Amino acid sequence: MEFVARRANRWQRTLDRIPVLGQVLEQPLGALGFVIVLAFFLLVLFGPLLAPYDYAKQDLSRLLEGPSKDHLLGTDHLGRDLLSRIMYGARIALITAVPAVMISVIGGVILGLLSGYLGGRVDDAVVVFLDSIQAFPGVILALAILALLGPSLVNEILVIGIAWIPAYARITRAQAMSAKNQMYVEAERSLGATNGRILTSHVLPNILAPLLILAAMDLPVVITFEAGLSFLGLGVRPPTPSWGVILSDGFKFVRNSPWPILWAGLALAITTLGFTVFAEALRDVLDPKLSGTRKA
Amino acid sequence: MLAYLFKRLLMTLLVLLLVMIFLGLLVNIVPGDPAKTLLGNRATPALIAKIRSDMDLDKPVLVQVGLFVWKMLHGSFGTDVFSGQPISRYIGAALPHTLILAWVALGLAVFVGIPLGVFSATHPNSWIDRFTAIFSISVITLPSYVVGLFLLLVFAVQLRIMPAMGLGKTGDVGDYVRHLALPAIALAVGWVGYLARLVRASVLETLNETYIRAAMASGIRKNLVQYKYALKGALIPTVAVLGVGLGSLMGGAVFVEIIFNRPGMGSLIYNAISTRNYPIVRAGVLIVAVMFVAANFLADIAYTFLDPRIQLKKTRG
Repeated sequence: MEFVARRANRWQRTLDRIPVLGQVLEQPLGALGFVIVLAFFLLVLFGPLLAPYDYAKQDLSRLLEGPSKDHLLGTDHLGRDLLSRIMYGARIALITAVPAVMISVIGGVILGLLSGYLGGRVDDAVVVFLDSIQAFPGVILALAILALLGPSLVNEILVIGIAWIPAYARITRAQAMSAKNQMYVEAERSLGATNGRILTSHVLPNILAPLLILAAMDLPVVITFEAGLSFLGLGVRPPTPSWGVILSDGFKFVRNSPWPILWAGLALAITTLGFTVFAEALRDVLDPKLSGTRKA
Repeated sequence: MLAYLFKRLLMTLLVLLLVMIFLGLLVNIVPGDPAKTLLGNRATPALIAKIRSDMDLDKPVLVQVGLFVWKMLHGSFGTDVFSGQPISRYIGAALPHTLILAWVALGLAVFVGIPLGVFSATHPNSWIDRFTAIFSISVITLPSYVVGLFLLLVFAVQLRIMPAMGLGKTGDVGDYVRHLALPAIALAVGWVGYLARLVRASVLETLNETYIRAAMASGIRKNLVQYKYALKGALIPTVAVLGVGLGSLMGGAVFVEIIFNRPGMGSLIYNAISTRNYPIVRAGVLIVAVMFVAANFLADIAYTFLDPRIQLKKTRG
């Protein structure tokens, strides 16, 4: 008995050590989101191993079939296995979304810190720059730049990263501005700390939590954005199976088979739903002040 | 107040100028010669020379950008090299359809989303409240192209009860509306969910404010307080969101116009991109950006007028 109790105790202690996750899992939506996010990451890691076929293997005798024993989700217009393509697509979604969000976070933090902390002319210049990026609807900006640079995965990541900079710059700027006037920063400065030290060791740590939550909430938005650009033929090139590419192929044959659109659409819908509810639960636990909804 | 308006206007104009400079510079990032890329296999020395002079590619970059801004300010978008038609004619033909699409979608979102949100807030835990919560969370991140493709699949391809493409017969209003329905719903769905959620949270918050409780305590009818006083306070944040909304709807319109093969700014820009018709791309993107910036500006102004609590002098230097 004592053993069991001690065992339970230890389990409890482990949970206490990662209290955030525990609290997220207590909420039904948080738990749902966690399961979906976990499944997504498992697919990213092991998808190519689990996939029944090579995503590019064509079988021209079995085009646009519905679900069957051989092809659980059916086949596309080149007889490629849809299940394998969808599974591999998770990897493409993450490979674009994570670097893109990282570019936005890093770029946004640098611009935000500079403009919020230095103020004056620098601040005005940065704000006008951010306003100009946001003067375009994201899709239109990305379309215009990708059309000129030519479609490729790297260009797509760059463009998405730049388009998302303003959101992070603004939140960082606001925090830097309020930190600037705090007593402890003044004290630090009177002790002779440089601007660089104040920014990196005092201002930055304070804004990490909201930034990470924002990044987690942006991940699904960026995934759908990437798929949208690929749908328009401006992102990942076929035959690489981005969910957007599968949708685009399916759209061409919409009158022949509903399956490619159905599965790729569902994959996108479930993934974004999972990430969103997980990130929202995370936000409610980490930073209740931030609750209230937003849309990119 | 006037000083703030003036500063805001000045910033807006500055942003528009930067946008034009950016678009003027953009052609220079094309790998290779834009004129040759544009013409493809139709390139002849005469045509290349014409495009180079039309787009001022033969001049230094700074002059190029200056001339581009100058021309755009005068509304002279030039002529299309392939058809010889003025580019403004293409824009004039496309713009109204996109505006109608975006406004109808916004209207749908407002007239469905806001009542849903208010009802959910005033009847917590009713079945409508629960339905709204589940509906909102599932559609908020759903991209308009997935909704559009699903609607196309179900109503136009499988059930065949709605038209799949185009604008309908010219002059037939009923047919136009029928062709507008699916694209507008595809654009609006995400916003219905988003607005319902936003308004619900905002009304709940307002109902806790002291002025509402004071009104309740003084015996004014509950319905009056809820639907008149609280709603008024709660809708102010929504106005700011709608300005942004119009812009993101115009972005979403690109997908919807392509999926439903509908003429408009989105499909104009997209088709121009596929044919590498840079002058049309630049003009189209500029028009969209101008409208987006204007919508944000107006929403911002409306916001400051609506909310007496915003005191500009204190919050903005």
